Amino acid sequence: MSTSGMLQSVFKDRGQPGGRVMPFVIILLVVTVLASALNLLTPEGSALHVSTYTITLLGKYLCYAMLALAVDVVWGYCGILSLGHGAFFALGGYAMGMYLMRQIGDRGVYGNPLLPDFMVFLDWQELPWFWLGMDQFWVAMIMVLLVPGVLAYVFGFLAFRSRVTGVYLSIMTQALTYALMLAFFRNEMGFGGNNGLTDFKDILGFDLQSDTTRIVLFLLTAGFLCAALLTSHWIMNSRMGKVILAVRDSEARTRFIGYKTETYKVWLFVYSAVIAAIAGALYVPQVGIINPGEFSPINSIEVVIWVAVGGRGTLIGAVVGALLVNYAKTRFTAILPEGWLFMLGALFVLVTLYLPKGLIGLYSQLKQQLGAGKPAAAGTGKSSSAAKTEGAGA
Amino acid sequence: MNMITERADQAREFFRPDQVWPFLVPPQQQSVDVSKQVLLYIEGVNLSFDGFKALNNLNLYINDGELRCLIGANGAGKTTLMDVVTGKTRPDTGSVYFGSNINLLEHSEDEIAQLGIGRKFQKPTVFEAQTVFDNLELALKSNKGVIATLLSRLSPTELLRIDEVLQIIGLQDQRFMLAGALSHGQKQWLEIGMLLMADPRLLLVDEPVAGMTPQETERTAELLTSLAGERTVIVVEHDMEFVRSIARTVTVLHQGSVLAEGSMDQVQNNKDVIEVYLGEEA
Ligand SMILES: Nc1ncnc2c1ncn2[C@@H]1O[C@H](COP(=O)(O)OP(=O)(O)OP(=O)(O)O)[C@@H](O)[C@H]1O
Ligand SMILES: [Mg+2]
Repeated sequence: MSTSGMLQSVFKDRGQPGGRVMPFVIILLVVTVLASALNLLTPEGSALHVSTYTITLLGKYLCYAMLALAVDVVWGYCGILSLGHGAFFALGGYAMGMYLMRQIGDRGVYGNPLLPDFMVFLDWQELPWFWLGMDQFWVAMIMVLLVPGVLAYVFGFLAFRSRVTGVYLSIMTQALTYALMLAFFRNEMGFGGNNGLTDFKDILGFDLQSDTTRIVLFLLTAGFLCAALLTSHWIMNSRMGKVILAVRDSEARTRFIGYKTETYKVWLFVYSAVIAAIAGALYVPQVGIINPGEFSPINSIEVVIWVAVGGRGTLIGAVVGALLVNYAKTRFTAILPEGWLFMLGALFVLVTLYLPKGLIGLYSQLKQQLGAGKPAAAGTGKSSSAAKTEGAGA
Repeated sequence: MNMITERADQAREFFRPDQVWPFLVPPQQQSVDVSKQVLLYIEGVNLSFDGFKALNNLNLYINDGELRCLIGANGAGKTTLMDVVTGKTRPDTGSVYFGSNINLLEHSEDEIAQLGIGRKFQKPTVFEAQTVFDNLELALKSNKGVIATLLSRLSPTELLRIDEVLQIIGLQDQRFMLAGALSHGQKQWLEIGMLLMADPRLLLVDEPVAGMTPQETERTAELLTSLAGERTVIVVEHDMEFVRSIARTVTVLHQGSVLAEGSMDQVQNNKDVIEVYLGEEA
């Protein structure tokens, strides 16, 4: 191994924020595959059986985890506090929803082979131009990536080039998602108004209600989440990742050593928006509906809280935070639906005051305290070899 | 008819096969023209903040390879001058040239850095959440585009260069320490080290020895003097002892313009300078 290679592995060992993701990715994949197998292979009454309801719920959580990861990439690593990532998630979802709408064909209530029900209801005679081609899966998938990506590019270009930062930027992102919400609520926009898009039947010809389709969607979500984790890990461990951290900690310094920081910020923002959009596109077929409520500013703020709870600036933290908080939400709202927002607020205050690095920070702190007794040399040797294998794996 | 031929000529001009459109020309490193021995020209620069004149018809020429000390009371405009040279602040009027050919006012901060002007801030600024090594790696003279940094790997020469700089700034043993954990003096050095990594032509060093122990100060003086010659160094410092130990030429700034220039002794015996300094003390 070359000296530079050795140095690289030492680096990872030095615990760049983000740490190692490979073990987590493996656990995630094993758990999802296991849950799927238990759903398909065990009989319904069995103690080991995982219900399709649970699978769908888990799939939804994984989509949220991806959204949280997207927010963490810009907020935790680059200090761009986006309070509007729900917009990219929803746009990805709408693009998928449009495809699913067109898949319904003549099976809608009005039986119109071309127009979705809500258009017939509005007495429209033909498909608006932006619905054309959306019956093709590949066109829809390109739109899933393109529309949020271009929006993020334009927004980022304008905002970062004029050097809008901090609170002002956050407010602009809120305004963005709010404006989109108002727009999508309007019937004339052609996205189903406040009912949104729903009553989907199948995807690529597969019945959306069937267990196997649901399992496949669930596994796909896990796969995309893992891919996003690994890609983000790769980016954050490259020199570009170091530049991104540098921008977070001192943007002026970064400029004065020759980096065009706004370009870095724009592309990171686009990357993040695209992850959010993919999450949205995977979310819609699993929950069966997309409506303008997904653009609601509150949604985007919730995502930030998930990330804070898990630990911002650590990729795994965002995922863990999203999974745990959403599980808690499911449990809590079953008992006391009105109380959830208060709970969430309290959680945020507690985390900000007592766990500035989130659960992952707490975990590594505990690990450090427990490991303090061990001889240091052995510890380093072991973890650096782990870093090497992980480097090869990622 | 005339107009048509005119248009056609314009079009022909635009599509000339022997030329490349200016926006397609890759931005290439302009090399500095120092045939007149002057590296930095600052002429008639005025800058006011809400009516307050921070720089007032300032003229300053820095020779290639020189080590120049810039002194002046608090608020004299020393840091503001560095802001202007490095592109952080635009002056209201005046011109700033790097060599006789590069107009610095046309460039942004990152472009100016890439042209070979490095800057150390008054308050030491390093990337605290990253290791000393990473800090130096970031400052390497290299392609700083997004894709290039995403795919870049340290070459053996670059590694050697980092080692060399670690040696110069005396932080070999701290290379994997987080920069935030360094002492104040070490941070100052790390920042100087980051400047060296970029291999700059001109270094602007704002108060390098603030908060350093006498030994550290002495080593900094050695380092800065050793840099001059090959590079051009402008040092702002309040510590007169330190200035005396390194300075060949000293420029005194007062209320945004140059009050006196010369050797340390000349400057100290200049009656304007004495008046201003005594006036401040009274
Ligand atoms: N961005 C700004 N807005 C308003 N006033 C400013 C700004 N930057 C500098 N000034 C003012 O310009 C004057 C010159 O400031 P500058 O920082 O250049 O002084 P200095 O010579 O570096 O002083 P010091 O020795 O204290 O560092 C000061 O009065 C300062 O208050
Ligand atoms: Mg100053």
